[in-house]
Amino acid sequence: MDVKDTLFRPVFRDNPIALQILGICSALAVTSSMQVSLVMAVALTLVTAFSSFFISAIRHYIPSSIRIIVQMTVIASLVIVVDQILKAYAYDTSKQLSVFVGLIITNCIVMGRAEAFAMKNPPVPSFLDGFGNGLGYSFILMAVAFVRELLGSGKLFGMEVLPLVTEGGWYAPNGLLLLPPSAFFLIGLLIWAIRSLQKDQVEEPEFRIAKHTPAIEEGA
Amino acid sequence: MEHYLSLFVRAVFIENMALSFFLGMCTFLAVSKKIQAAFGLGVAVVVVLTITVPVNNLIYQYLLADGALAWAGLPDVDLSFLGLLSYIGVIAALVQILEMFLDRYVPALYAALGVFLPLITVNCAILGASLLMVERDYTFGESAVFGAGAGVGWALAIVALAGIREKLKYSDVPDGLQGLGITFITVGLMSLGFMSFGGIDI
Repeated sequence: MDVKDTLFRPVFRDNPIALQILGICSALAVTSSMQVSLVMAVALTLVTAFSSFFISAIRHYIPSSIRIIVQMTVIASLVIVVDQILKAYAYDTSKQLSVFVGLIITNCIVMGRAEAFAMKNPPVPSFLDGFGNGLGYSFILMAVAFVRELLGSGKLFGMEVLPLVTEGGWYAPNGLLLLPPSAFFLIGLLIWAIRSLQKDQVEEPEFRIAKHTPAIEEGA
Repeated sequence: MEHYLSLFVRAVFIENMALSFFLGMCTFLAVSKKIQAAFGLGVAVVVVLTITVPVNNLIYQYLLADGALAWAGLPDVDLSFLGLLSYIGVIAALVQILEMFLDRYVPALYAALGVFLPLITVNCAILGASLLMVERDYTFGESAVFGAGAGVGWALAIVALAGIREKLKYSDVPDGLQGLGITFITVGLMSLGFMSFGGIDI
């Protein structure tokens, strides 16, 4: 299996958020600042990579009827480790992330990759696949956080980039971008951009609007 | 009583699970194409949330919190780090029990909810509500009201979105926005609408 393909395919071609609709919850909630998003992205990438690795390593021993619970237990244990590390070394960030670290457990990217890839492939490719999907998630997260923090509060990673009017600068911050709805709009636009570049990802509409044709009279 | 009512209204509208905390988004977007399916899932979420949040509250208070094991003669034990694992275990087990119970006693409802029940285990709204309950230190009564409110709010949001999407399929959407893209923008507008509930207090 091609290492580069496994690793980078999920970033652009097969993005977990933009194409597979997985793991959106946290993508929206934590993106109002880049620092918090970065921590979240790293946490999720590590959890996805290692959970895929471990689940793949024990895949021949998991009875298929209880596999979901086994996967959950592996994932939850990894998330507990991440949570404890964050509380020990980055307490402020862990407060800002509040429940969202715990919610990595139910992040569908982790479960989805475990179920779709790790159960069928050996540990090392599974690790790379999990890592790649984590990168795809991180890519969207950082892109959204970049726009939201830059335009919403004129900062990047907490450093002032656009001097604010309130502090004698020239930039009037757009408060809407700090509010939840802006994340939806940004991801919607991002999907639009990705799909304009890659036409094959466009979904077929359920109904095509027919061309307007003037009715031809019967028997005319 | 008034306190509980206020908590309920808060959980349904102001702190709507889907539209202001973005919880349960995956299923929210995936199952909102038809009103009927959305309604079924909504009901299932209400039921599961109303049961799991108070149960997790009991587990937290009597087993996991710092000093909670005093009744067993272990006042110095703090098991709160096991929280995540226990909550998800409780949720998975309860969903399973609920599924078997409905299958046996209310087959009509089971047939209607069938496919959605297993999906609920991995719905982050359920785990999210339990984690928020712990973070905010709710009592048992409060957690029951909060669970029900959060469920009703989520159900309301998904049914509303499904209604909009059913109408939306007749509109002429640009190619790249078709499907997922336009849904995101719709949800953004709904979320903006729900923000106007902010500041309402009973």
